[in-house]
Amino acid sequence: MNSLILTAAARLLVPLMVAFSIFILLRGHNEPGGGFIGGLIAATAFALYAKARGTEAACAALPLTPAAIAVTGLAGALAAALWGALATGHVLGGVWPLLETAPDGTKEGLPVGSILLFDVGVYLVVVGAVLAILFGLEDDVIDEDDGAEDDGRTVNARADADGGPGDGGPGAGTPPGGLTDGPDPGTARPGTTLEGGR
Amino acid sequence: MIPAIAAGGALAWSVPWMPGLGVALSFRVDGLGLVFALLVTGIGAFVMLYAAAYFRTHPNKARVMALLAAFEASMLGLVLADNVIALFVFWEATTITSFLLIGFDHDKAEARDKALQALLVTGLGGLALLAGLILLGGVAGTYEMSAMTPEAGAPALPGHALYPAILVLVLLGCFTKSAQVPFHFWLPNAMAAPTPISAYLHSATMVKAGVYLMARLSPTLGGTEAWQWTLTLVGAATMLVGSIWAMRQTDLKLMLAYTTLMALGTATMFLGGDTPVAIAAASTFIVVHALYKAALFLVVGLIDKTTGTREIDRLSGLGRAQPLLWAVAALAALSMAGFPPFIGFIGKELKYEGALAVASEPLVVAGAAVIANALMVAAAGLVALAPFRPRAGRATTPVKGRAPVGMWVGPIVFALAGAVFGIFPDLLGRPLIQPMTTAIVGEPASIYLKLWHGINVPLMLSVATFALGVGLYFALPRLRAGLAAAEARGVPSAEAAWEAGVAAMKRFAAWQTRVIQGGRMRVYLFVEIGALAALLWGAIALAEGGLPAVAPPAMALFEWGLVALIAIGAIAVVLTRGRMVAIAALGIVGAGVAILFVLYGAVDVAMTQLLVETLFIVIVAVALLKLPRVPAGEGPWWRRVRWGALVIAGATGLAVTTTLLAVLEIPFDRRITTFFEQAAVPDAFGRNIVNVILVDFRALDTLGEIAVVVIAALAAAALLARRPTTRPEVMADGAPAGEGEARGR
Repeated sequence: MNSLILTAAARLLVPLMVAFSIFILLRGHNEPGGGFIGGLIAATAFALYAKARGTEAACAALPLTPAAIAVTGLAGALAAALWGALATGHVLGGVWPLLETAPDGTKEGLPVGSILLFDVGVYLVVVGAVLAILFGLEDDVIDEDDGAEDDGRTVNARADADGGPGDGGPGAGTPPGGLTDGPDPGTARPGTTLEGGR
Repeated sequence: MIPAIAAGGALAWSVPWMPGLGVALSFRVDGLGLVFALLVTGIGAFVMLYAAAYFRTHPNKARVMALLAAFEASMLGLVLADNVIALFVFWEATTITSFLLIGFDHDKAEARDKALQALLVTGLGGLALLAGLILLGGVAGTYEMSAMTPEAGAPALPGHALYPAILVLVLLGCFTKSAQVPFHFWLPNAMAAPTPISAYLHSATMVKAGVYLMARLSPTLGGTEAWQWTLTLVGAATMLVGSIWAMRQTDLKLMLAYTTLMALGTATMFLGGDTPVAIAAASTFIVVHALYKAALFLVVGLIDKTTGTREIDRLSGLGRAQPLLWAVAALAALSMAGFPPFIGFIGKELKYEGALAVASEPLVVAGAAVIANALMVAAAGLVALAPFRPRAGRATTPVKGRAPVGMWVGPIVFALAGAVFGIFPDLLGRPLIQPMTTAIVGEPASIYLKLWHGINVPLMLSVATFALGVGLYFALPRLRAGLAAAEARGVPSAEAAWEAGVAAMKRFAAWQTRVIQGGRMRVYLFVEIGALAALLWGAIALAEGGLPAVAPPAMALFEWGLVALIAIGAIAVVLTRGRMVAIAALGIVGAGVAILFVLYGAVDVAMTQLLVETLFIVIVAVALLKLPRVPAGEGPWWRRVRWGALVIAGATGLAVTTTLLAVLEIPFDRRITTFFEQAAVPDAFGRNIVNVILVDFRALDTLGEIAVVVIAALAAAALLARRPTTRPEVMADGAPAGEGEARGR
């Protein structure tokens, strides 16, 4: 969009960051990392993508809506909890179906099971939740750019609680929060530098 | 089953519910439970039949029948539950179903208001009851009521320090549920419900739940002067208030509602009598009252259905057109008035016998009982004579339609039962009343119900009652006029006080919402952070040993440098007026903290901090654009500083610092750390202890946290989506403007 460097770098960085986030997620049980950190990295990757190519493109790149991703993650964590409950009798008890007890009492095999599923759930919740809020805010910024075309108008701070999505009209694009939309004499508006190309 | 319980046995059944807390879904059928269960199911069956006919053309027939069935199940659970927590759950279930049934005609504002009032009164009492029952269970060491009595080996409660609190809380629950003075007003108001519902809930069963619980807990809580006086006085007051105001009513159903108050007061008063005779009087009267009152309510429903009115002054000469209805009404009313040979007569004789034997003030109780019963005689005449007898100067009320058969069965059965039990009292006495009395008294009681006791004081009182009652009936118009005049002058009303209290609470809620949640971010932050500072300073002030000794921590030079960097970043955030500068300075603070974490070996925390910081800056950068700009002050610097914010921020910062230093003074307990270090690899197959704790050892915490995160994100997304999107070109799929919030994100 506005920055060729950012767009080009994002093309390279975003897949790397997503791959790295999964790496961090998987190694988390033994080395620094885990679902929370991995989820944050993946969310950062998509935030970068959204900055470079726009929110719409970022939304299209995701397999599900952010809210659906978060809910899927929570469902996965709950499934891990129930799996433990069914297999061990304790909710969230650890289950490792691929582990086998060797004759000398040590356990061998791949330690993959309900705990990893739980961690994946955490990862998805973090990705989904962060992106849901971020993309929601980004939409707002788009609105604000529209609203800025109106002449300076102060909206009551409570208006956003009352105005439903359906109320159109000339004030529809005006943001809430009592923001005076006119040109700000104090500082350069950071919004224009961030979203400048629009 | 009945013979086994009549012989003094009890049936019990239990499944564990929350074993760790001593809560079980346990049921126990003894004499008391059995009588109430038979009332609930017996009257319930006929009322259901009646209701099916009464509502046969009503569009919401299915709903009312389902609610009645749900109520019946709850009520049955209530009277059979042995565990107090299970009892409370059923108790609240009857409150809720009662709310829905009173408000059945929910398109009428009056029905909604009265339903809400009943819900609030009984719900408030229910909360008190829950507190009382939990205290009771804690003191007794068990939640099973059958194990709480002294006979079962539990410690005697009345001497306990918490006994007064338990008594007050439990009785609050019982008094609100059973509509005792001063909470009586909700019951007449609940007559906004259709007649079958009033007959079932508000005369025969639900309102007796409080009486039932008092009877049930009588062996545990009773026997003290506080118990006897409270129950006797409150019961007597309710009895008199109910019977006197019944005379004022012109609506037959409303009049019956007031006589129900009288009955509930009577039962409470005799339970407070605390002697076997008084308890037997209460037991018999509960059964007697349920029979005649259900019959009379259903009769009034029939009058209403066939003539279209329940106003006494508009009814006249119905007896000619509806002789059967008159007969049923007369049978039930004779039992209510206590004429021989009806069961009501036996109940009344027992009442007088019990009144003379009560523990506290026999003469006062007996006198109050005579007055109330005389008023009942007048009320019986009002319901069984006035509408049916042709009256001088009044046209005979036309009968508009015929009632279906289903509406006749219940009243006929109840009215006949009153006569049959009166002639053969042993049908009722031995198998039901005696075990019930035994269960309430807590020790074997032998009760024989007889019609003829010989010429004794109770009989004399009965004769006096009849004379007084007949006299009152003929003086009724004058009595009513007098009461109406008193009402017009204004009598102190518990309902007005209640409504004023509710209104004051609403005003307070509105006021505090306005103050605390003003809709402005600054106000929210002020309240939240100010509360945190107040709590911390409160904890510090109340801590033993006062303020901890604060010594400057020993740190290396580069650590001091890092702290200085963080401090500079924080100060810059506060002082700068440019938003981009503030965001960047915030980044310095976050990065500095992350480096601190690395220095102290918390790599996971540092990584998280750094990443959160990164995303935080992105989100803040976007969000700051939306926040209102608080105009900068004019004039010299001391005019521009926001002193309030400065005080709160300073107080919070100092409090957090002090608390942290105090916490660090405590020697570090390594037991948990050692356990995690040892258990992580063998038990959870992970070497990163932080992650193992997060997803395995303390995974329940994490589960709760991610649930909160999801809810917060969905709420935020929903709030943000409320904003209209009016820019067509951002629609990826070309959807028309206005549906933008439905767009996939």
